[in-house]
This record gives sequence, C-alpha cells and structure tokens, in this order.
Amino acid sequence: MSEPEEPEFRIAFDGVSLKRGERVIFDGLSCGFPRGRVSVVLGGSGAGKSTLIRMIGGLQRPDSGSVRVAEQDITGFSERELFKVRDRIGMLFQGGALLDSMTVAENVALPLREHTRLAEMDIESEVDRRLVAVGLSDTGHLYPRELSGGMSRRAALARAIVMDPEILLVDEPFSGLDPINVRRIEALLVDLNRHLDLTLIVTSHHMASSLRMADRLVFMVDGIAIAGPPDDLLKSADERIVEFLIAESDSFAEHHELDVTPLMDRRTTPDRRKNS
Amino acid sequence: MKRSPLRDLIVGIFVLCGLVSIGYLSIELGGLYYSGPAGFKLIATFDEVGDLKPRSAVVIAGVRVGQVVSIELDDILRARCELDVDPNLELDVETSAAIKTAGLLGEKFIALEPGGSDEMLESGDEIDRTVSALSIESLVGKFVNDTGLEGD
Amino acid sequence: MIENMGYRSLVVLEHLGKIAQFALRIVVCLLGRPYRIRRIVADVYDAGVLSLPVVCLSGVVVGGTLSLLGYTTLVRFGAEEALGALVGLSVIRELGPVLTALLVTGRAGSAIAAEIATMVTTEQLDGLRMMSVDPVDFVVSPKALALLIVMPLLAGLFIVFALMGGYGVAVGLLGVDGGSFMASMEGSVKFWNDVIGSFSKAITFGALTGLIATYRGYISEPTAAGVSAATTGTVVVGSVAILICDFFLNGFWGV
Repeated sequence: MSEPEEPEFRIAFDGVSLKRGERVIFDGLSCGFPRGRVSVVLGGSGAGKSTLIRMIGGLQRPDSGSVRVAEQDITGFSERELFKVRDRIGMLFQGGALLDSMTVAENVALPLREHTRLAEMDIESEVDRRLVAVGLSDTGHLYPRELSGGMSRRAALARAIVMDPEILLVDEPFSGLDPINVRRIEALLVDLNRHLDLTLIVTSHHMASSLRMADRLVFMVDGIAIAGPPDDLLKSADERIVEFLIAESDSFAEHHELDVTPLMDRRTTPDRRKNS
Repeated sequence: MKRSPLRDLIVGIFVLCGLVSIGYLSIELGGLYYSGPAGFKLIATFDEVGDLKPRSAVVIAGVRVGQVVSIELDDILRARCELDVDPNLELDVETSAAIKTAGLLGEKFIALEPGGSDEMLESGDEIDRTVSALSIESLVGKFVNDTGLEGD
Repeated sequence: MIENMGYRSLVVLEHLGKIAQFALRIVVCLLGRPYRIRRIVADVYDAGVLSLPVVCLSGVVVGGTLSLLGYTTLVRFGAEEALGALVGLSVIRELGPVLTALLVTGRAGSAIAAEIATMVTTEQLDGLRMMSVDPVDFVVSPKALALLIVMPLLAGLFIVFALMGGYGVAVGLLGVDGGSFMASMEGSVKFWNDVIGSFSKAITFGALTGLIATYRGYISEPTAAGVSAATTGTVVVGSVAILICDFFLNGFWGV
C-alpha cells in the first residue's frame, strides 16, 4: 500500500515495524506527510495513531524501518540529537500535557525561557500574544487544573507554537470536546497551517472535522497506512476503509453535518459490525 | 517559576532552623568549639595512654588549652604524644602531664600542671614528668587486692 | 524455582545498573547547568517545610519514650544521671538520621514519586522532551537535590526535638536533675564520632531517598496503577534501602 516516493514529503515512514509485547502495532508501515499541508491520521482506537505521532517526535523508536523527519533519519538519534530535531517540531498532546505546577503563562513561556535569551519583558509580551491568538487572553495567571478541557488544549497549543515550529503534531485534539470547542480548535489549527505554512499532522477519529481540515488522509489499518488525498480515499473501494468510514459516520452522522449517503450507497452487503 | 516571597521566606527560615540545630549539636553537644590560639608544640611520653586519642583535650586547671595531635610509639615502645597548646601560655620546665579521666567512665584527657621553675619550655620541648593513664581494670584489681575480697 | 530466583536477581541487577546510570545523569545535570534555584526552592518547600510537623512531633515523642524506657533500666543501677548520655547517643547516632529518613521517605519521597509518575501518565515529561527540555534536568534533579538538602536539616531538627522531648520527660516527669542530664549528654557526645557520623548518615540517606523516589517515579507505567505502584515502591524499597545502608554505615564507621 506504499505509494510512489514524493519529494516534498517532510516526514516519511519507511517499512516501520513495532511490536509491543506480542501485539503487532506497525507491520512494515510506509507513508509520507507533505510539507505545508494538513494530514489527518485516522484509525480506530489502538490502531497506533498516537504511536505514529510519538515516533515522529522521537518519543518512540521503531523496532525496524526508518523515520525521516526534515531530511534526517532520526531512527538512531541520541536524545541530544533528537533535541535538535524537536526544536523544529511542536506537539500538542491529547491531555494538553501542561505542567501542572506552573501557571498557564509560565507553561507557554517555558520553551522561550529554556531556549532563548529574551528579556523577561519580551517573553511576557510574546506569551500574551500567543495566548490572545488562541483566545485565552485573561487566563495566564491560572493553573492548568483551573482550565476546562478545551481551554487547556488551547493553552497547550499556544505552548506548542511559541517557538514557531515548522511541523506541528497534534494528538486527538477533538476527543472529549463539545462541538463548539471542536470547531474552535479546528479553526485555530487550519489558521496556523494557512498563515505559518506549518506541516500539520493531526490524529483523530472525528470524521467531520477531519474531512473539513484534511489535505491528505492517512488511514491506519492492520499495522499499515493507506494514504492519499481525501477524495481519492473516500471513493476508494478498499474494504477496510469503507468499513471504518461507515462505522464512524454512523456514530457521527446524527450530530454532524457529514453527508453519509454516498458511503451508504457503496455498502454492498449488510455489515454485522455496523453496530459498533 | 513565579517568585512567591512568602514561600521563599518560609524556606529560608526552615533552612536557618535546620542549620541552627546542626550548629547546636556540633558546638554545644559535640564539643566542637574554637580551641583558641594554637601552634605551641609539646611532647609528652607515657607508659600507658589508655583510650586517649588524637583530638583529646589538653587542660590546665580544668581549662581547655589545646589538644593531642598525634600518638605514636617511640623507640623504646612508650606512647609518644604530640600536644598542640596555646602559645601564650608560659609553661616552665617542671610542668607535669597526667592522663586523667572525666568521671568514672568518661573521656581521657591530658592535664598539665605547672611547676615552680624559672626556666620556660620552648615549642617542641619534651615534658619530662608524666603520669600514665589508670585503667579501670587495674584500679578494680587493686581495689580487690587491697580489701582482700579475692577470697584466698 | 531456582530459575525464577536467577531471573529475579538479574532484574534487580538490571535495576541497580539503571539506577547508577540515572544517578550519573542527575549528577551531570546538577553540575552542568546553572542551578534551577526557583525549582529547588519550591521542592525544598514541598519536601522539607511540609515534612516539618511530622518530623518534629515524632522527634519529641521518640525522645520522651527513650527517656521513659531508659530511666526504668538505669534507675535499677542508680545511674539515672546517665540518662542524658543514653538519650543523646541513641538519638544522635542512630534514631535521628534513620527515623528522619524513614519519615521523609514516607512523607516526601512518596509524594515526589507520585508527582513524577503522574507527570509520566499525563505526558508532561514527554511534553518537556518535545520542547527539547530534558526532564531529568528540569524535574528530577531539583527534586533529588532538594531531598539531599532537606535530610540533614530535618535530621538536625528531629534530634533537637527528640533531646527536648527526652529532657522534658526526664526532668519534668521523672525528676532527674536537669543539669546532670545535660552534663552527661554533653560529656558523652563526641563531635567527630557522633555528630559528624550522624549527619553523614543523614546526607547519605537523603541522596538514597532522592534517587529511589525520582527513579521509581520516572520509570513508572503511564497508568493510575503505575502511579500507585511507584508510590508504594518508593516507600518499601526506600525504607529497606535506608535500613540496609544504615547497617553498613555503622559497620564502616566503627561502632
């Protein structure tokens, strides 16, 4: 299922395998993520979406195969070498991963304090600017535990982009959020991609927003990835994709504006797994 | 980390209290105190030093004036002690040194007792008159012998 | 059975190796970078100031108990003046550093392990890594150093409170003469053997607890069960390690 090598890939997986205990997570996975685009990684829970993202950040090493980030094979990198790569990557974790011993402003300021020699005043104004950008202008003095889920995710987003990364990895930004917050974060991410030319990689099982955002979809199924432009993939007859789409669209169709009728038409046989 | 003056103050007070308690233990209980000026060396040789150790006190009339620097065997297998005492003291050549015990089972120390000569000791001189340590065993033995408790 | 024992001892050996490596990383972080004073102060507050009540209270109680027990024995020989020496020596040489270390392990060590383990679970440490910040440098080292700083200070306070408790019981309750209590204590406690020995122990235990608590938190599984395992593990392994270490220190120091 690997596709022809395209030169503009910013991040490329090549034959990556990973086992956790007896469970195979990746089985020769190959795929690429184009520069300056929004790629959405879809897959059921346990399909390895988060693992994929953690591998790009070097938090998880593959058993075999290679991961290339910004023209470097990071597979064998030491922690120190990885730090150089990570300077170009921002990551938004599923729970936000804000340090809960620090205020929101201190969290956002942390990368600046650690890696730049900016004066305290400049740091504060930069932090303010970022917090305004994510719509959290008056929350700098709060601690992460005082924020709602959507707010802490936006604060974490502010921290992830404060060093102006080239690549932004976003793990499950929509899980557990109400539709308004989903829209808000979705808009923020798309905005970032448009204005900063970020290479954006988002994992999600939220079909509606994924389809709205994605320039490229990556389906994680059975330890491999099926990647391509959304239109192509949605029309594809690959059984595994169809199955996933139907299951997902059933659960979201009632609440979201996604039109599932074309998908329904493609379903040839009644599927027992529909009621998942 | 945001500065929080109250917490800093509390931590400061805490560290201070800890240091004061360590200081109290060291100085008041441990007997580590400024031992006054030193640098005047004396040698005293004893037949028996008991458990006298380096850093044991040297006193005159119960006042600490210095300490034992080293204890080693000399050529004729006697214990040769080097003492370091206050150079401002004027000790004459008839000064005697005795090893005494604080209390019944306490610490051994060297007590100096000035004599009546006009000739003064120089640094590095040897004290001729010495009284060795009495060990509790020999004392008990003596006591038992004298009172005939051994029962013959 | 024997196979199992072999496997288990290999696991222990592997952990020992990893702990040594981890300790080295902490030392390198502490030497290499400008000190994170603000974080260290915060951690000293958490580990030290918050442990103060339990340490002081335990000190008073332990000192009082020693006085009571010692008195009943000594009074039979008419040696109740030696009570000061008994309380002073046992508290300074043994009980002070060891009990303080056990209390701090239970109070602060477990809290540190739980906090680091929670940071693992909530991906906060991974978050730091993704910001090119070494979690050992940013989170672990200040906490380990804080425990090292705090332990001798708390041991000192424990000892002083224990002596106060002992004095209070002896003089106030048992009618021992206060002057002879203090004199016997001052006469028997030696700076080099007892006081220095005591604080060397406290510093060693501080390093040990700091290392075990941070290591156990750092390697915990990213689950709620992982957090609780890290907490329990720190208290159990830390306490046993302190007692074993105390045994060998006593041996080396020459009882």
